[in-house]
Amino acid sequence: MDTTTKKIVLPGEEIDLQGMKQGNGIYHENGKYYAYQLGMLQFYNNYVNLIPLSGKYYPVKNDKVIGKVIDIAPSFWILDIKGPYPGFLHINDTPWKSGSGELNKIMNTGDTVFAKVNEITESKQIWLSLKDNGLRKLEGGHIVSVQPTKVSRIIGKGGSMVNMIKEITGVKIQLGQNGIVWIDGEPDKVLLVIKILKFIEDQAHTSGLTERVKEILEKAR
Amino acid sequence: MSMVSNIKLIDENGLRIDGRKFNELRPIKIEVGVLNRADGSAYIEWGGNKIIVAVYGPREAFPKHTQNPSRAIVNARYNMAAFSVDERKRPGPDRRAIEISKIIGEALESAIFVEQYPRTSIDVYIEVLQADAGTRIAGLTAASVALADAGIPMKDMIVGCASGKVDGKIVLDLNKEEDNYGQADVPLAIIPRTQEVVLLQMDGNLTREEFEQAIEMSKKAALFISNLQKEALLAKYSRPEEKEEVKEEAEQENHGDDDHE
Repeated sequence: MDTTTKKIVLPGEEIDLQGMKQGNGIYHENGKYYAYQLGMLQFYNNYVNLIPLSGKYYPVKNDKVIGKVIDIAPSFWILDIKGPYPGFLHINDTPWKSGSGELNKIMNTGDTVFAKVNEITESKQIWLSLKDNGLRKLEGGHIVSVQPTKVSRIIGKGGSMVNMIKEITGVKIQLGQNGIVWIDGEPDKVLLVIKILKFIEDQAHTSGLTERVKEILEKAR
Repeated sequence: MSMVSNIKLIDENGLRIDGRKFNELRPIKIEVGVLNRADGSAYIEWGGNKIIVAVYGPREAFPKHTQNPSRAIVNARYNMAAFSVDERKRPGPDRRAIEISKIIGEALESAIFVEQYPRTSIDVYIEVLQADAGTRIAGLTAASVALADAGIPMKDMIVGCASGKVDGKIVLDLNKEEDNYGQADVPLAIIPRTQEVVLLQMDGNLTREEFEQAIEMSKKAALFISNLQKEALLAKYSRPEEKEEVKEEAEQENHGDDDHE
């Protein structure tokens, strides 16, 4: 099946599965299939999936996200991860030891961390963890938010897009699946990267993006 | 409604005071994504109505006691600007605004997959900038477009239209004068795919036959407006490509100019 055909569907639009299986973002009623939200249809591996074009970040286990500390409880931090629910980071899931139990000495409100979604309980409590490679508190740098549905486009195939941006501009980029991006580098380069991110966000549903971004980057150099 | 008056709302040719036929809609324009801060937004111009809708969420419901552990709550707020009507409207929610907020919220709830997001709220802010009769339906129509823009999972996009009785005749989509001096006004909203009714009110009196005629007319019009909603959403996602083409063309032209110099 042609994977390049991209059809935009609207919530409630009937979908012809063309003999394939029902994937994500599609519901069925009375034997017919309908789109669940605004998105793009993708025919892949005998499954029809709907890739949302907009919407909030919905946490999935093992996703790596960037969160901002908004509150501190006796043994855990409460983080804003731009989703429908806040994220909790327990001291036992971090490399730090809680001495006298004063968590604000380690991280205070307003600090940002790059963490992984460790567990989602039945009552939709999101527990985060810092115990994995590359997970840490983010010091310095700039925070930009993009639409979470566009993060995969920023990463590109096998990281091609983000690696190219890093290579050409020389800035450090940390992408959270929740649409928060942390950037650190020379001020003018950071501004350029922000511009690029907005461009990708705007053009996410078009093809040949990597080439066009490369052009812009080469021009700016 | 039912105010005593000798204003002629339908002339001898069967045309209404704004020149429409009995089954003609006012011009409708819908725009998507007009606000940058909101998760989803829409703007609608429906005749003289001008309404902007912002959608936020799903986000944690506050105050906490409003949270429902099994599903999301839908908070709709219908608000009329002080300058939206002829005589200054006293700001803030009144009895009418509270009623409309409630029925719009309930209508939207019936189309949203609320079980997907327990303990959250989906907030819908409907701001009426200019009112000219039929604002609840226009607001609801724009609200479902804004919800779709916010990427909220829905069965379908709710759409509606009003019909009423003017000078003893059933007409579609009443305007201000017809609403004020007519005999009845029946707003209706449906889920277009299943034709389920999600909002139905009646102000004034109609016979059973007249009522059925009004519903039939509104339903037909609603399905037409449903297409306008879809076109508006699709327009948002084809816009950037067109922009890009224009930019490229402009660049090419600029290069051409350079050559001349």
